[in-house]
Amino acid sequence: MSDSLHIKGGRVLDPANGIDEIRDLFVEKGVIVGSKPAGASVIDAAGKVVTPGLIDIHVHFREPGQSHKETIATGSRCAAAGGFTTVVCMPNTSPVADSPATITWIQERAASTAIVNVFCTGAITRGIAGEEMAPIGALAAAGVVALTDDGRCVQNHGVMRRAVEYARQFGLPVMDHCQEATLSSDGVMNEGEWSTRLGLPGWPALAEDLIVARNILLAEETGHPIHCQHISSARSVRLLREARRRGVPITAEACPHHIALTDGDLKTFDTNFKMNPPLRTQADIDEIIAGIADGTITILASDHAPHAPYEKEVEFDRAPFGILGLETELPLFFEILLHQRKALSLPQIIAMLTVNPARLLNLDRGTLSVGAPADVTILDPDHAWTYDKNESPSLSRNTPFHGSSLRGRALTTIVGGKVVWDLENGFRG
Amino acid sequence: MTMNRQEWNHKDLCALADHTAGELLTILDTATAFKGVGERNLKKVPALRGKTLVNFFVEPSTRTRISFELAAMRLSADVVNISASASSLEKGETLLDTARNLEALRADLIVIRHKSAGSARFLADRLGASVINAGDGAHEHPTQGLLDAFTIREKLGRIEGVRVAIVGDILFSRVARSNIQLLTKLGAKVTLVGPPTLVPANFASMGVGIAHSIDEVLGESDVINLLRIQHERQRKEYFPGVGEYTARFGLTRKRAAALKEGCLIMHPGPMNRGVEIDSDVADGRGSVILDQVTNGLAVRMAVLYLCSGGAPFSKIEPNTKDSKSS
Repeated sequence: MSDSLHIKGGRVLDPANGIDEIRDLFVEKGVIVGSKPAGASVIDAAGKVVTPGLIDIHVHFREPGQSHKETIATGSRCAAAGGFTTVVCMPNTSPVADSPATITWIQERAASTAIVNVFCTGAITRGIAGEEMAPIGALAAAGVVALTDDGRCVQNHGVMRRAVEYARQFGLPVMDHCQEATLSSDGVMNEGEWSTRLGLPGWPALAEDLIVARNILLAEETGHPIHCQHISSARSVRLLREARRRGVPITAEACPHHIALTDGDLKTFDTNFKMNPPLRTQADIDEIIAGIADGTITILASDHAPHAPYEKEVEFDRAPFGILGLETELPLFFEILLHQRKALSLPQIIAMLTVNPARLLNLDRGTLSVGAPADVTILDPDHAWTYDKNESPSLSRNTPFHGSSLRGRALTTIVGGKVVWDLENGFRG
Repeated sequence: MTMNRQEWNHKDLCALADHTAGELLTILDTATAFKGVGERNLKKVPALRGKTLVNFFVEPSTRTRISFELAAMRLSADVVNISASASSLEKGETLLDTARNLEALRADLIVIRHKSAGSARFLADRLGASVINAGDGAHEHPTQGLLDAFTIREKLGRIEGVRVAIVGDILFSRVARSNIQLLTKLGAKVTLVGPPTLVPANFASMGVGIAHSIDEVLGESDVINLLRIQHERQRKEYFPGVGEYTARFGLTRKRAAALKEGCLIMHPGPMNRGVEIDSDVADGRGSVILDQVTNGLAVRMAVLYLCSGGAPFSKIEPNTKDSKSS
């Protein structure tokens, strides 16, 4: 294939530029160009939707240290097969990504093995232990795009306040996994009717709400953006809505499983339904979807969290939290938000997967502007299919969505002007 | 409410929540038949001759383990006991691998007690052997629920409409959950009693009443089931101490005097005399605590027998009293 593309006749959706029209898109030497390059390979996009390459700011690719669960290579293939051209990795690897050396290692690993763009986050605190500040300046210099202790939450408010204040000088957004540990305690599922029935320790929504409130106050106090990861609770959405109305620099993301499933799905003790934060109730789902629809929640993400089968195949309370997400993310958002709930328009959903996350993390992506990196996703929001986990490029199989019939899917994923995956032919190279 | 018996077609008993009232009544009726065996001079029937039962107790227990062991022996099964310290779990083997090894030794029935909720179900879904839950974390203790219901039916002649108060550490109690599941299915009116920290409001979703004072239920209950109050350190954030608990929720001699005539006093054991129950109340009129232990044997025989594929026991004489009314 030549190094130029002519993506022909698709519905081009570029929320960053307010574009939604049938038109051709041109790529040359890895960037979007304004006119048709000579000798461009033609991709027929008639009847399909052409969007900026999708961005997922919340994935766990498990390298270094846990490469039996996933590698940057296999994780990046999940991303490509799900329509994602850019991912942002969480720092809870082994060792924790709390030093420039580890960040550099991940970046080099990604450069040699990943088929999509991989950005790093750095830890807020050393060892994500919540006590001492990580070398934030050095992490910024190494190229992290945000700070987070994801998987854990900084419990000490003084430590969190200083970290947010310190991060401000580098323009690094702080992202937080919102979980007050004395309230969530040893909880493994939502505290409510189903934890009561099943006798499993509860992790109450209150534990998330309290930290969301803390983060709202810290963002307001410091004037520096804080992003609340994977919101699961209705009351957290209401707190965020009120704060954003007042102009507090606080943002939030939602994950597919938190709007697709409820705690009642745990009744067979299947560890594929165990994630952190936990699945909650229908009332929480309704409020999260309302928050997505009214702009309270502006970013969609997967929290792709692979675990080996033998790790999940244990007693419920001993199993690790988390599920695969990248391949089912876009279809689930389309299925629920677009088709079932009709809560958002297609351009609105695409904005939450492209320009919104790009702006939060200051990435030069998420747009089809002339001159932008040629990351492009071609998709069909109506494509009906059934997810088969056994076809996944992931090293893991921990998903509750195996066998789910879904509408909507990525068809072609283009990174830096090169097709890396398409539905018909699979991966290139 | 007419309660029709339903045949038992399951290899496992993991949770009473999984079964219909009709199936559970079949267990109780079968237990009635087996109770007669225990009263005989020759306490043994050949129903499970040639079968192997493994008592796999990953969490310590004496009474439940012995009860299952005796029940299996009376059915002529071969019995092996394994405790956590004697198993390879301490060497890092997973629960599933340990259980698969037991199955490879051709165990027909595995009775498991484990600290993790859902662990019996986890094995039942993965093994060909019958799995019987002898207590999984705070989830269920099905044979305890069955023996409590059996005792109520035996003493009061019915379960439907009976008012049962369950008092104590409900939040962490698998006994309470199995009792709630079975008694509500059979039409009893269940009230949970204890401080709000141990009886959170979420329990109302299971179809029970909630009271935060034992004095509220004394005069109206037909059965009062007292649960053991755990002394472990982690309970300290749930109530201030044993003294305050006893003052508010202990069944003292004075409170026992306010009980309705004929009210049954139950306790799954082991008791803390002087904490949740006064010593002479435990030994006094209305106490059926030792009957529970005896009935546990009959109930466990019935469960082992039915889960092994036993046909409805020939001597079953259905208790007709609770199938007649309303």
